[in-house]
Amino acid sequence: MTGRWRWPWRALREAGILGMNERNFSYIKAENPRRLFPLVDDKAKTKQLAAKAGIAFPELYGLISSDAEVRTFQKIIEGKQKFVVKPAHGSGGNGILVIRSVRNGRYFRANGTFLDELGMEHHLSNILSGMYSLGGRPDQVLIERCVEFDPIFDEVTFQGVPDIRTIVYRGYPVAAMVRLPTRRSDGKANLHQGAVGAGIDLKTGRTTHAIMAGQPVTHHPDTGHVLAGIQIPGWRNLLTLAAHCWDVVPLGYLGVDIVLDRDYGPLVLELNARPGLAIQMANRRGLRPALARVQALPRVPTTAEQRAAFAMGEGELPVAAVAEAEDARSTSG
Amino acid sequence: MKKRSIYLAAFAIAAIGIAMFLVKLDRLGLPLTPNQDTAVWTIEARARFEAKGGPLTARLEIPAAPLGFEILDEDFISSNYGVTTEREDLKRTSIWTVRRAKGKQSVYYRMSVVEADSVKQHTDAFPGFPDRPEREEAFDSAIEALLEKVRNESADITSFTGALIRRVNKLEGDSAVGLLNDGEVTASRRALQLVDILASARIPARVVWGISLEDEVRNAPLVPYVEVHNQSVWLPFDPLTGGKGYPDGFLIWYIGSNPLLDLEGAKNGEVHFAVARTLREMVDVAAQRAQKGDSMWFDFSLFALPIQTQNVYRVLLTVPLGAFLVVLLRGFVGIKTFGTFMPVLIALAFRETELWVGILLFVTIVGLGLWIRFLLERLQLLLVPRLAAVLTIVVLLMLTISIVSFHLGMDTGISVALFPMVILAMTIERMSLVWEETGGRDAITQGAGSLLVASACYLVVSNAYLAHLSYVFPELLLVVLAAAIVLGRYTGYRLLEFWRFRSVWLGRGDAS
Repeated sequence: MTGRWRWPWRALREAGILGMNERNFSYIKAENPRRLFPLVDDKAKTKQLAAKAGIAFPELYGLISSDAEVRTFQKIIEGKQKFVVKPAHGSGGNGILVIRSVRNGRYFRANGTFLDELGMEHHLSNILSGMYSLGGRPDQVLIERCVEFDPIFDEVTFQGVPDIRTIVYRGYPVAAMVRLPTRRSDGKANLHQGAVGAGIDLKTGRTTHAIMAGQPVTHHPDTGHVLAGIQIPGWRNLLTLAAHCWDVVPLGYLGVDIVLDRDYGPLVLELNARPGLAIQMANRRGLRPALARVQALPRVPTTAEQRAAFAMGEGELPVAAVAEAEDARSTSG
Repeated sequence: MKKRSIYLAAFAIAAIGIAMFLVKLDRLGLPLTPNQDTAVWTIEARARFEAKGGPLTARLEIPAAPLGFEILDEDFISSNYGVTTEREDLKRTSIWTVRRAKGKQSVYYRMSVVEADSVKQHTDAFPGFPDRPEREEAFDSAIEALLEKVRNESADITSFTGALIRRVNKLEGDSAVGLLNDGEVTASRRALQLVDILASARIPARVVWGISLEDEVRNAPLVPYVEVHNQSVWLPFDPLTGGKGYPDGFLIWYIGSNPLLDLEGAKNGEVHFAVARTLREMVDVAAQRAQKGDSMWFDFSLFALPIQTQNVYRVLLTVPLGAFLVVLLRGFVGIKTFGTFMPVLIALAFRETELWVGILLFVTIVGLGLWIRFLLERLQLLLVPRLAAVLTIVVLLMLTISIVSFHLGMDTGISVALFPMVILAMTIERMSLVWEETGGRDAITQGAGSLLVASACYLVVSNAYLAHLSYVFPELLLVVLAAAIVLGRYTGYRLLEFWRFRSVWLGRGDAS
């Protein structure tokens, strides 16, 4: 307790907390044109676009678009022990199956349970029928490479795949957190389901605070390891990758989920047009000041590297770019 | 600036709604609160006479536009008679004719009126100064002497008439008064006398006949009043007391010195008045009144629709209020619900079942439905067949609850049939998905949130006052629309976000 009472409204404003209404109205509605939503809602499309722009994604093994194609599943996974099955329109990590090994027609999941052939077919049909898609529309199934995640998070992860969520505003990373699966979240990196969210200092790439189920935590509930102070390797590359996603999908308020692969480095898992607000709690810092800082910038052509550098606190934008933009403005005006 | 134009639009919409509301309130006399009753008087005039056997004409004076009242409805009842009405200014006559009639005959005129709040004074034009009536010399000079005295003690027509009436009604004294009071003195005779005397003073006067409205009177007397014209309006006086003005509830039947019933080919005519008072809903009365007045407002309003459709709108017009409440509870409080407006539909079902029974039934069905839904999960059905299965189960559950509660003698259980079953099935399906995805805690929280919002909506849609306002004055929904537009731009915090981000303002977030 700080002793001095403040009105909750003022306290939240002073802390720069972004509320749900403001996020919906001033950011999602104002910055994210609806026509771009299909690009992120459909992971198959996102992958195509990203591949063109040279953004690293987990390799796509195959795509199933109809019940008739379910038969091709065996061919797609032929000779593969590890893979991931996910709905193209899924959200919140629902409907994703991480298969770690295949033995005697049984698919063993990361959490130790298994599915038989029939169960897998049922799952594929469920995805196709739209069970995990927004609004229940017919969906597609992606089968992709299972990420061999970097051991950096091993001590603070209970099964599943930890990922790094970055909020990219007008191309500039403004906040980041790492999402660590727990027993409670069933191996999913989804804060709503009980995963741990640990805020990351954008300057250094080191974890700071953490929350679980909306409450501050200091240790991982299952592994017992301290959550703060983990240094993420290749932080600048990761931020640049996140910023680069905006060049492909120009959503003003974009959530980028990145995993760290042991062999391939940072890979983009998916993009999100409606990233949540819990990231503020994980960082113990509101988004509004960072958003305002970006809003004050001139809208000039920049590179992902420049924007990542700006996010890491390395001064203002390159002077040349600013000067160029002002020249352009004065000649046109 | 964009924001300002939106506020301006919202303001304009609200202003239109309020203006229409005020006009309707003023013009049509619609009530602001529900179940307001207004007194409707039904007056029946029954004319009886003996027909002589030949052609017959009966002329009955009837009200044309009685002061302070509005005629809602009227009927002319007679067998075999042809009926016409004649109207001339404030005079209206109903004429019954028949080619051949014999023996006792009755014809009826029945009207229903409602009190209106206009001033009780005739304002028709000055009729001109009357001629002095011709009289016997002795009588004439006695009248002149009387008028002279009255003139001396009065200032204007009002005080003159008052003084005259008082003097005439004094029992002893004047010689002229003695002549006037020869024989039995009745109000009607006195009224006719007064008109005659006033003519000698060259003051235009007339007799006005009316009925004092009292409930359950089978034989109401026709009461005369004397009106004198003071060059601008007609002033009414009681011919016996000299009291000014008509009493409350006085219905003017006709004006003039002619008899009420005029017969040709019949004799022994008499007229009886029966009065009855009934209470009717103000809305109905206003509707009937407006129909008579050919009001555009009514032609293009709900009241012109068939009753069944009206009843549907009675319910539908409360839905925007519920929806507005959902806007408040979701956007400002931050309660999570299944589906955006599902709570409104549940609230509409609560209208029929009443709140607590409704909540109980809802929880029962959704609870049982969820349990069976989890059993179904083992069968591994696809989405659409599973939804159909859940729907079937919901219908069967509803049937079971109805039958069981009926046999237990609980009538309210039967009303479960009024729940929108598709909504119930969707709720069960969504709830089970949330249960699987984010756990039972979230599912129950959201389910309880839905129920809470539905209950709050129920309080709104079942509020008799609000339902009445939205039904009688649907234009007020424009105000709701304007409010929704204004609130639609709210980007501040939700109430529950103070709880969600509590670590920030409780100070724990500042540490290290």
